[in-house]
Amino acid sequence: MSSAELLLPLLIAAPLLAATLPIVLGLWTDRTGWPIAAVTTTGLFGAAVALASAVYTGTDAAPITHELGGYPRTYGIQLVADQFSILIALLVTAVATGVLVYTRQGGPRGNTFYTAYLLLTGGLLGITLTGDVFNLFVFLEITSIATYALVASGDGPESAVAALKYLILGTMAASMYLIGVAFLLMATGTLNMIELATAIPAAERPTLIRAGFGFIAVGFATKVAQWPLHTWQPSAYQQAPDGVTPLIAALVSTASAYAFGRLIVTVFGVDYLTTMPNAATIVLTIGCVSVLAGTALAVIQTEVKRMLAYSSVSQFGLVIAAYGVVIAGSSETAFIGAAIHLIGHGLLKAGLFLGAALVARSYGARTVDEYAGLAKARPVVAGAMAVLLLSLVGVPPGVGFVGKWYIALGAVQSELWPVAAVIFLSTMLTLAYAARLLEKMYFTPPAALDWPRTTEPVATDGGDTTVSIGMLAIVVIAAVGAVALGFAGGTIAGLLEPFLMEVFN
Amino acid sequence: MIELLASHYTYVLVFVLLGLGIYMTIASENLVKKLIGVSLFQTAIFLFFISMAYIEGGSAPIVPHAENPGELMVASPLPQVIVLTAIVVGIALTAVGLALVIRIYAEYGTLREDTLREVRADE
Repeated sequence: MSSAELLLPLLIAAPLLAATLPIVLGLWTDRTGWPIAAVTTTGLFGAAVALASAVYTGTDAAPITHELGGYPRTYGIQLVADQFSILIALLVTAVATGVLVYTRQGGPRGNTFYTAYLLLTGGLLGITLTGDVFNLFVFLEITSIATYALVASGDGPESAVAALKYLILGTMAASMYLIGVAFLLMATGTLNMIELATAIPAAERPTLIRAGFGFIAVGFATKVAQWPLHTWQPSAYQQAPDGVTPLIAALVSTASAYAFGRLIVTVFGVDYLTTMPNAATIVLTIGCVSVLAGTALAVIQTEVKRMLAYSSVSQFGLVIAAYGVVIAGSSETAFIGAAIHLIGHGLLKAGLFLGAALVARSYGARTVDEYAGLAKARPVVAGAMAVLLLSLVGVPPGVGFVGKWYIALGAVQSELWPVAAVIFLSTMLTLAYAARLLEKMYFTPPAALDWPRTTEPVATDGGDTTVSIGMLAIVVIAAVGAVALGFAGGTIAGLLEPFLMEVFN
Repeated sequence: MIELLASHYTYVLVFVLLGLGIYMTIASENLVKKLIGVSLFQTAIFLFFISMAYIEGGSAPIVPHAENPGELMVASPLPQVIVLTAIVVGIALTAVGLALVIRIYAEYGTLREDTLREVRADE
């Protein structure tokens, strides 16, 4: 058993076990949550990097696997780190570490918050690394429960309403996924992803598989917040505490979208889905409609956090549409695009929501109009947010451009012209809401508003409006990372190459 | 058709229950009843797993020291284990949901969604 293999269970077990520490130590002092979370997430990031180097530099390009408890994968649970899953694991651990820099001063405080934080991290890593479809359900629910608790920890009573709405829709979605798993189990008798990949094409009753795929698609469309099942998402993002939104927005839906992609390429298999009637059309339609509806709704929002939330609906629409292209045209390029866009969007939204939190804290601005004159008053945050927004639109060399480029290229190669048109149209519409914010920040003088804000900022966190260097630095790092990743598009495609060879042979 | 119903009636019942759960979640204005609907929906899925694992004449999957283990007829243990796990998950979800309902009631003094909408619109 190699040491890299042992990192797999450690990556999931360590945060789950560490999650109990803040509560236990909370009996003694209330200040232990942050250090424990910081040490754990930093360690996890290190472990993920070590695992990634083992996966990417491995001689035979085979995924690193670990059978839990030593049971064979036919009926045991297998953990898998391959070229695709480790990318998402890196994103999860990096963002979880980065957001902590903000929450140290920006709150929410208290040990129970960090317990939920670590539970969420563990659940997300579980979704990323599991190789078992039922185990995936369990981790989806661990992630969801932690997220509900985090959303509900917001100040106002509105956050409880938003969390309950999220809970009902999220539970329904996970249950839909579970029904899909039930159909797959009924048709094949196994739950392991690799075993399913061979058992599904050989299944005697393809109707069961089709029904299973239908339920799974609906479940993930809700989890990833695709129109018209997105209704939980904007209020959840808006009502969650400012320090929590970056984490949720960057990771929770990303992990679900990753899981859907994993099921499409590894479990069902591209070849099988291509022959399944309507599968490609349904996935493509969900994605394209969400792209357009999400951007249209984002343009009319007045709250910045809400606008960014609707923007997530459309950006995830792009990822789902890319999956549709993968199914319809067996397009490797679209899959690379989806993977890059998942990473890129996660980083961009983490940065943007951190920036929004920073602005709300130090400048008291929450609506688009209140952002007027931000560039003069807070040049660094405004600059970083401008870079992130432009990257989200898809201005090269931002990472948003690379993802969209690969997806559009895949759509064109597969001759799916409507999809290509939707992607280009969405870029224009993204510019519409990004430009609104940029215009307010850089070209509208703050005097255009009636009330003086800079003298008396609206405090959201007990009157504490100080901004530490670290909080500022993490937003700038996100912006720099977004540009740097833009240049790394080809590298990521190269890293994914062995995985693509495996699934698109 | 009748024969299929006679042999597979549990599936029909399960999906009726599934529909009831969804309907209750959507149609009821009461937040607690919504959560009951969600629980009902999940319970229907558990029953689906259980009835899937059942075989005619099979016993519980506790394997004794049989003389000839190959001939032992038992229900598939895998779905039963899955249901056990899923029940735990379901309980956790219901608990979190009820905690949220209590907080909403404490803040707004109502459990009805329509009243809640009016109260929030007034603020």
